[in-house]
Amino acid sequence: MIKPNRGLQVTTLGIAFLFLYIPIISLVVYSFNASKLVTVWSGFSLKWYAALWQDDELIDAAVLSLKVALMTAFSSVLIGTWAGFVLARMGRFRGVTLFNGLISAPLVIPEVIQGISLLLLFVEMGNLLGWPGERGIVTIWIGHVMLCVSFVAIIVQSRLRGMDPSLEEAALDLGAIPLRVFFWITLPLISQALISGWLLSFTLSIDDVVTSAFLSGPGSTTLPLVVFSRVRLGLNPEMNALATLFILVVTIGVLIANHVMLSAERKRTTLAV
Amino acid sequence: MTSLLTRLRPSGRSLVIAGPYLWLLLFFFVPFLLVLKISFADQQMGIPPYTALIDIKDGVVNFTFYLTHYAFLMQDSLYFAAYLNSIKIAAISTFFCLIIGYPTAYYIARSSPATRNLLMMGVMLPFWTSFLIRVYAWIGILKNNGLLNSALMSMGLIHTPFELYHTNIAVYIGMVYSYLPFLIMPLYAHLVKMDMALLEAAYDLGAKPWKAFVKITLPLSKNGIIAGCLLVFIPAVGEYVIPELLGGANTLMIGRVMWDEFFSNTDWPMASAVTCAMVLLLLVPMVLFQHFQNKQMDETR
Repeated sequence: MIKPNRGLQVTTLGIAFLFLYIPIISLVVYSFNASKLVTVWSGFSLKWYAALWQDDELIDAAVLSLKVALMTAFSSVLIGTWAGFVLARMGRFRGVTLFNGLISAPLVIPEVIQGISLLLLFVEMGNLLGWPGERGIVTIWIGHVMLCVSFVAIIVQSRLRGMDPSLEEAALDLGAIPLRVFFWITLPLISQALISGWLLSFTLSIDDVVTSAFLSGPGSTTLPLVVFSRVRLGLNPEMNALATLFILVVTIGVLIANHVMLSAERKRTTLAV
Repeated sequence: MTSLLTRLRPSGRSLVIAGPYLWLLLFFFVPFLLVLKISFADQQMGIPPYTALIDIKDGVVNFTFYLTHYAFLMQDSLYFAAYLNSIKIAAISTFFCLIIGYPTAYYIARSSPATRNLLMMGVMLPFWTSFLIRVYAWIGILKNNGLLNSALMSMGLIHTPFELYHTNIAVYIGMVYSYLPFLIMPLYAHLVKMDMALLEAAYDLGAKPWKAFVKITLPLSKNGIIAGCLLVFIPAVGEYVIPELLGGANTLMIGRVMWDEFFSNTDWPMASAVTCAMVLLLLVPMVLFQHFQNKQMDETR
């Protein structure tokens, strides 16, 4: 195997990772700063974490965001898996080009476009059907599902394409109806893709500002909206503390997910041998 | 293989397709048509804050289309400047993402398999932490009394702080930082599955490493480069959060202009017209992206 130039490799990766991690590390360090001026160090303190604990606006928003993210993750996996299955297994059908476009466009389209268009849909629907009467958790939920569905569909379809179809064919040959094959054979085989899709949807939802801004109503402010309205005014040590907690949770989550996936892979390779 | 599976389930087939299709049509396609429709309405007081295009009065059906917003888009140089600026900022950000992202993806792909996974996890970890928080982190670094300026001044390299926060430079930094993983991921996926025997053959035939890179690695990763660049460029054009948090009052970007029309002026029809123009602008890159997306789907088949 050809080895790349070692020095160049280490330098390049070193610079790239410094760039990726310095902002995150600085956030964490300054969350323990006693001074209100975030960038001036004046001693170690946990007071911003205490302030976080008493901030009712923030806690309410966090609870709402958690609810929306859970709802979004489950429904995105449901619809996304369905759409991914259609992409991978249905071959060519009438309108397949439009279908592909509808799946891949939300991956890149600026969120402001999706936000305003969904809002207008809900307003028109409210006028015509009387539903949804008011913007709130349901409209945010649907908006977030639209952000995530395409990602889940792409993950699922690539997993399905890379899969050996003989197991499904065997079940069909033995007389299982397609629906049963899907739930008993296909779904367990793609479970890893479903978990990745779920985690990605949860993360995208709990972090979303733009779509939520368009689709939230009075009394339904999500956590990122509160954070955004505060950091817009500049630095805020409480937000550093919140960010640190967030980073901690994500890091633990990613480490666990990675560990589980690696051990699953190891198990699979030992079984294959 | 697919033919066998599909032949065995003809009855449910259309139903299976219809489910997600209808969902996407209702929540993605129809909303666009509504944006187009409302861009021809006029602002009015009340709920909804725009006029109806069709109304029936005394048994007569009236169609009223207002072209004023589009005329205004053409006349007011603010919008045109915002479009140009958005494209410029997105293009420069994409370029710098590529400059940083390509070598990173390249060297990660050339590491040993165990290191590779660890490094990719390292690239992904910031991507999983909140986007908003990562943009916010740069405020603390770029401010006049922030980390970067303090570091440079304490080293004696500069005496007066660099004005970075609330400038276009801060927007570029924020964009490159936020979108970098989107470029590294597809590039890495292409580079890691590259057949190394091709490079070995080139070396055996006497090619210099640089030449082998330009003649073999670069062309083979072309699709990854294009996919990655589009994945950065298209959302960057309509970016709102980064210019709002890091940019100055004069950092004009189209997403921001649209946001202000909508939330500050509550001029929904004007915001819709700006959105339509933005979609029009992004149509070509989006079709390109779709093309490469399909190509990649066919490759994995």
